[in-house]
Amino acid sequence: MIVERPAPAVETTAESPKHRYIGKKRRAVEHRRFVLGRGKFAGDVTLPHLHHVAIVSSPHAHARILGIDVSAALALPGVLGVVTGDELCAQTKPLRQYLDMPGVDWFPLAGAVARYAGEWVVAVVATDRAIAEDAAELVEVTYEPLPAVLDPERAMADGSPPVHASHPSNVMYHRTFVWGDVDAHFAAAERTLQARYRWHRSATVPIETFAVVAAWDVGTNMLDVWASIQMPQYPEQLATALGIPLNGVRVHFDVDVGGSYGVKRGIKHSVLTAYLSRRFRVPVKFVEDRLENMRGGDMHGPDRIFDVEAAFGDDGVVRSLKIRTIDDEGAYPGRSPLQMGKPVGAIVGAYKIASVRYEVVAVVTNKAGQVAVRGFGQAPTNFVLELTMDRVAAAVGIDRLEVRRRNFIQPQDFPYTIPSGTEYDSGDYPTVLGKAERLADVDALIRWRDDARAHGRVAGIGVASCIEPGGGNAIFQALFNPKDDSTTFPEGCQVKIDRHGTVSAQIGVASSGQAHETLVSAVLGEEFAIDPDQIRVIHADSLAGLPSQSPVASRMAIMLGDASVGAARRLKAKMLEIAAYRLGMSPSDCVWDGTGVRRADGTGEIVSWMEMVRIAHVTYHKLPPGMDPGLQAQFVLEVQNSGRLPTPDGRVQMYPCQSFSAHVVAVEIDRGTGKVSFHKYALAHDCGTVINPDIVRGMVMGGIAHGIGAALYERFVYDDNGQLITQTFADYMMPTTHEVPPVEMVEHETPSPLTTMGQKGVGEGGYMSTPAAVVSAINDALAPFGTRIDHAPATPVDLLERMR
Amino acid sequence: MNDYAISVIVNGVTYERRIPPRRSLVDFLRDDLALTGTHVGCEHGICGACTVMLDGVPIRSCIVYAVQADGASITTVEGLSPDGSTLTPLQDAFVECHGLQCGFCTPGMLIAATALLREKPDPSADEIRDELGGNICRCTGYQQIVEAVQLAARTGGTR
Ligand code: FES
Ligand code: FES
Repeated sequence: MIVERPAPAVETTAESPKHRYIGKKRRAVEHRRFVLGRGKFAGDVTLPHLHHVAIVSSPHAHARILGIDVSAALALPGVLGVVTGDELCAQTKPLRQYLDMPGVDWFPLAGAVARYAGEWVVAVVATDRAIAEDAAELVEVTYEPLPAVLDPERAMADGSPPVHASHPSNVMYHRTFVWGDVDAHFAAAERTLQARYRWHRSATVPIETFAVVAAWDVGTNMLDVWASIQMPQYPEQLATALGIPLNGVRVHFDVDVGGSYGVKRGIKHSVLTAYLSRRFRVPVKFVEDRLENMRGGDMHGPDRIFDVEAAFGDDGVVRSLKIRTIDDEGAYPGRSPLQMGKPVGAIVGAYKIASVRYEVVAVVTNKAGQVAVRGFGQAPTNFVLELTMDRVAAAVGIDRLEVRRRNFIQPQDFPYTIPSGTEYDSGDYPTVLGKAERLADVDALIRWRDDARAHGRVAGIGVASCIEPGGGNAIFQALFNPKDDSTTFPEGCQVKIDRHGTVSAQIGVASSGQAHETLVSAVLGEEFAIDPDQIRVIHADSLAGLPSQSPVASRMAIMLGDASVGAARRLKAKMLEIAAYRLGMSPSDCVWDGTGVRRADGTGEIVSWMEMVRIAHVTYHKLPPGMDPGLQAQFVLEVQNSGRLPTPDGRVQMYPCQSFSAHVVAVEIDRGTGKVSFHKYALAHDCGTVINPDIVRGMVMGGIAHGIGAALYERFVYDDNGQLITQTFADYMMPTTHEVPPVEMVEHETPSPLTTMGQKGVGEGGYMSTPAAVVSAINDALAPFGTRIDHAPATPVDLLERMR
Repeated sequence: MNDYAISVIVNGVTYERRIPPRRSLVDFLRDDLALTGTHVGCEHGICGACTVMLDGVPIRSCIVYAVQADGASITTVEGLSPDGSTLTPLQDAFVECHGLQCGFCTPGMLIAATALLREKPDPSADEIRDELGGNICRCTGYQQIVEAVQLAARTGGTR
């Protein structure tokens, strides 16, 4: 019998300031529209005269396109037009990629050569999607198949078929970073170990595919876009690719995004759709079908081979690490190689490891392109770090929890700078691990496991910890490409108090389940001492809104939270000035008291909220001389402790805030089927000050479910011919209610010194720790067989083989 | 191919339309009737995002043709709340328990859970997990959904 447990109370290390709304149970304001079926997703957007797109995809892993006959398709009633790669490549600029790769161009449709099976080759526009699909079937493409390369190590070798003939090799980036005296630490170490790990290709696969509606207005020369997007610099990249001014692109962010977790970066879909709208002078909608999405959406996640060496003592204390990562980017690297850069900011995890050698290789193959996935590349790296800690524990014969404790950065060490240059803001790892241990009742788990084994069952306990960097910045762009000196990664919020005294805020992003309206209204409610449910938060379009980098990098509590605080405080300062003038006082002698302002000594009358509002909006003669009328303020925040370039040896300040979690799980493996089931899943979690407990818990739970998928089930498998064979939900297995167990969780708060409320990030940590914790448990279960697993996903077939 | 005339009752309203025989029920609901609360996740019957009630039984509207629904009565998420704005106990419980994040799977979950609570007004957590096992949610990890259904069972089922 499964018992669902309610969320436990939050426990705090530091004395937390008294909050009215922050940290309290509050319903997400977004939910009402969703449960009523009134969400507005991009696929729901409709316009007069709307047309629809269907795609013709390459059936070959690698082929030259010799000719395309579109005449039959064009003859079909209802078809407006057909666009081939040749035309699109001539009429648009290549899509932005972040490495310096001369000769490697990426366009929405393949031009002369198709580089993976499923790559889009032709787009058909018709009055409805069914007709567009009929027409797509009538397009005749003649191909000359070319040799394909699917294995990343083969692709790196001399003599491999080139994926991009105009680039000298399939290696698009290769760099070795050395931070600290790695050679000396290895030479002096009592012990060393070596291991190879494999993180197979999977992704977070939202239930909503990518959808976009583009409308080019010939009257205003403007492009309006509604898209299920979660992507920094999306309007900019649209404008650049289409060669139109940025102030002619209006992206509507009041669109609900049906899940993203990193992957909703449909820039190629959007450039294509916008091009079609401009070309045919009609609004165009493109909603990927699941096949277009899985095969050709360029939304696969990291696909990595790791070679790791560790130098450590008999006491289990790790001194140094060598990590080599080969990442299979697929055919078009895009932004994905930077996912080997983000882990630089937590390359030693939660541990006091003195030196690191980190080698990164980005290689292209004839597979679909990769994209950002939850954690931006750190889930695989943490998987490897944590499994290596397990190996260290086994080598020295010390308990896995104890080995972690011995290596932890200690509470008194903060702020702590890791060898790769990133300063961790705060944390209390031993306390959090202790809480996870107690919540899981590790002693009882050991008794359960040993008893199960005594009865011939296969059972094990796993543990993993994880640093979750939050806040985001652009630093990996400069780290991996010296021509890119971007260091700005802002987030903005605009707040208004209108003539009736009600408060509204504008944010410049769409949300994909993170409840940003709830976040901003809570923060503003706290600042203004008014009920957050009375505050309206709207998603401004890209022309009306302030700079934003979208909800990536576990950043919105940190960045949008503090931008909202900043705007509120500017408004409060203005209102204080208004009230002080009205009282005949200096602003420095006045204070806020609830929603009004009074003398700092607490005497005299209170100037009420509505009186200040009226002075600001209606009675100019009562306004301090020279002050602008109205009550509006903007705040654009740059990431805390960021904005610097890397050092020449590649030391960087990656994200500013470090959350932490420790997971303890117990699993049983069915000897007959290889199925893994959970006996226990417990974790302790610390993301600083919690703003909304339910939202924090939901983020962690969702990340764990993704992590279980990556650990056990989900994989994009290509066959030897380069055909994706897990391209529907019948073969790409995602966890359901049966595969995700009830999870017990305790929350601990170590506030960040860098943020106004002590908050840190929360979106990605579950996904970063769970695969390691689950495979750790599997390895404990397999120990009696003298074998182990060093890859993810660990499928039932893998486990059956190991238990033979 | 000729269009077919169908007559269906959706959320209590009778609609008569001529449609091509290949139109799926979900496309009919979304495109012909502008009831966009029902979502499309896979179009091959796995994810459950398109779940609607057909004559009281939850079905996947992506693998049913609209012509097959001729003469039937359908309830979509928009029809759960009798007046379209007062939340049912189940809808209210989803909000209260944070049983959703992006909201994309939610309409299908609500329909499936409504059917469950009609059958079993006081389901155990295991029974809830069994009944919702055909609806994939990528956001929540399911736990707060299960808690929402349990809360709804306590506060009034499908009332
Ligand atoms: S859309 Fe119908 S089951 Fe997925
Ligand atoms: S709430 Fe997003 S898929 Fe379920």
